[in-house]
Amino acid sequence: MKETKELNLPLGPELNKWELLSKGEDPFGEQMTLQMGPQHPATHGVLRLELETDGEAVTKITPYIGYLHRCFEKVAESVTYPQVVPYCDRMDYLAGMNMCLGYVLAVEKLMEIEVNDRVQTLRVMVNELNRIASHCVALATYGLDIGAWTPLLYLFQAREHILDILEELSGARMLFNYIRIGGLAKDIPDNGWTKKVENFLGYFEPKIPELNDLLSYNKIFIERTANVGAMSQEIAIAYGVTGPNLRATGFDYDMRRDAPYSGYENYEFEPQLGSGEQGKPGDCWDRYIVRVREMGESMKIIRQALDRLPEGDVQEKIPKNFNKMPVGEVYTSTEAPRGELGIYLVSDGTKIPYRVKARSGAYCSVSALPAFASGVLIADLVAIVASIDIVLGEVDR
Amino acid sequence: MTPKEISQRLNADGFQVTYQDTAPDPHIEVPRESIYDVAKHLRDNPDLAFDSLMCLSGLDYTERMEVAYQILSYQHRHRVTLKVQCPKDDPVIPTVSKVWPTADWHEREAYDLVGMRFEGHDDLRRILLPEDWEGHPLQKDYESPDKWHDIPLTNIPKNSTDEGN
Repeated sequence: MKETKELNLPLGPELNKWELLSKGEDPFGEQMTLQMGPQHPATHGVLRLELETDGEAVTKITPYIGYLHRCFEKVAESVTYPQVVPYCDRMDYLAGMNMCLGYVLAVEKLMEIEVNDRVQTLRVMVNELNRIASHCVALATYGLDIGAWTPLLYLFQAREHILDILEELSGARMLFNYIRIGGLAKDIPDNGWTKKVENFLGYFEPKIPELNDLLSYNKIFIERTANVGAMSQEIAIAYGVTGPNLRATGFDYDMRRDAPYSGYENYEFEPQLGSGEQGKPGDCWDRYIVRVREMGESMKIIRQALDRLPEGDVQEKIPKNFNKMPVGEVYTSTEAPRGELGIYLVSDGTKIPYRVKARSGAYCSVSALPAFASGVLIADLVAIVASIDIVLGEVDR
Repeated sequence: MTPKEISQRLNADGFQVTYQDTAPDPHIEVPRESIYDVAKHLRDNPDLAFDSLMCLSGLDYTERMEVAYQILSYQHRHRVTLKVQCPKDDPVIPTVSKVWPTADWHEREAYDLVGMRFEGHDDLRRILLPEDWEGHPLQKDYESPDKWHDIPLTNIPKNSTDEGN
């Protein structure tokens, strides 16, 4: 009799909560809105992600950007065509060469300037060097975000060599302003610069297997990244995700091979695709390994460029001032380290561009984040944000 | 397909589009009422298969506004530029964000910076500028404010005279 009495006791406050939980309510206050950023070590700059969380799970992501908006498009409408070039460097400050090339190709297409072989080859060379440097930072900070300190030191050391090489060429370490309309700022220095590039390639070649030992095939790293945040091809294409992130889903498209510019059709290389080697195709590990292997392909391209580097002038004849520009509009797309850089340029015939629109790869990668990353754990979200390799300078422009 | 063939194909399929052979890049002009249908047709027709919107930009031509769409078909590897015009005092264009999700953020940017309105867009908020910013900086008659929340703003220098090269 006593036992039944106890069973009939009214439920305590804690038990009431469990009953509420089964009805879909939130009695324990598990659902929260968290602000990840704008100052957060894992957002690679000033990005704010508003997270709706349920315990450890992220149910909804809303990215807020614009903290690093430097009005590239507005500024470009108030300075002359050549004066826009240095602002391009600042869009993606980790890959200044690639940014400048995109803009310069647009202006050259508008003005119908053909540059010679030497200019094209040197442009390819510095672009690929810069791509390696950019991927080094991407991979280093990726490791750092999920707790691997050491690869950062190794990769930054390697990047330092590239920056030295490019500094010798342009005088600057990150904001080069080297690729100019109709050519290059100056020719390569005659103190054996090409030899230095060769030495760097010799030095960097064994660094990739070393990185693989250190991080890529590290058990803990694979556990943290494989099967996490897999992006499907449909989402990648629908959201305009390009570059390594698109190739990581197994989609075979590389602008350098499929829509070549600046003489890329003369080089032999293989676009690297993700295949779900350690998990699902398009997961964080795939996005990582695609970049590692792409560095190897970039080295192949640099070797070929060194072999074929022809003689010639590094600046074509262009009008002294840009007062008589052709009226018209162009769109050029190039393969930057973070996806397609599209420059849409409208000219009204004056020396000042009428409209410059920069379409950046990282912008589209961030916009796809809510579509493929919802439902993950907060710790996994850190890995995902790191794996799509965003530079907020390029997102906000 | 070349842009010209794409334009002819669209006309044959019952849309009223005009091919503009502008140098260096030609474009196809689409009436603003039909942009959604044209976009959907371009995406879903297997011969056209434009599965990706690469870039969407708003343009202010003082008396009219335009939106330019650069689209790409990964399957056929062809690209084309579409353009839609609207009067300056009524800058409303149907959204294509339901066709190509890329347009979601790009349309927000065009709204934010150029002042285009996209009819049917779910979430047309400012994206790069602060929410309480007034005006749309890429409009040609825009004047930068002197202050924002008591923070003095330095104006962007007016057209520099330095030739620079």
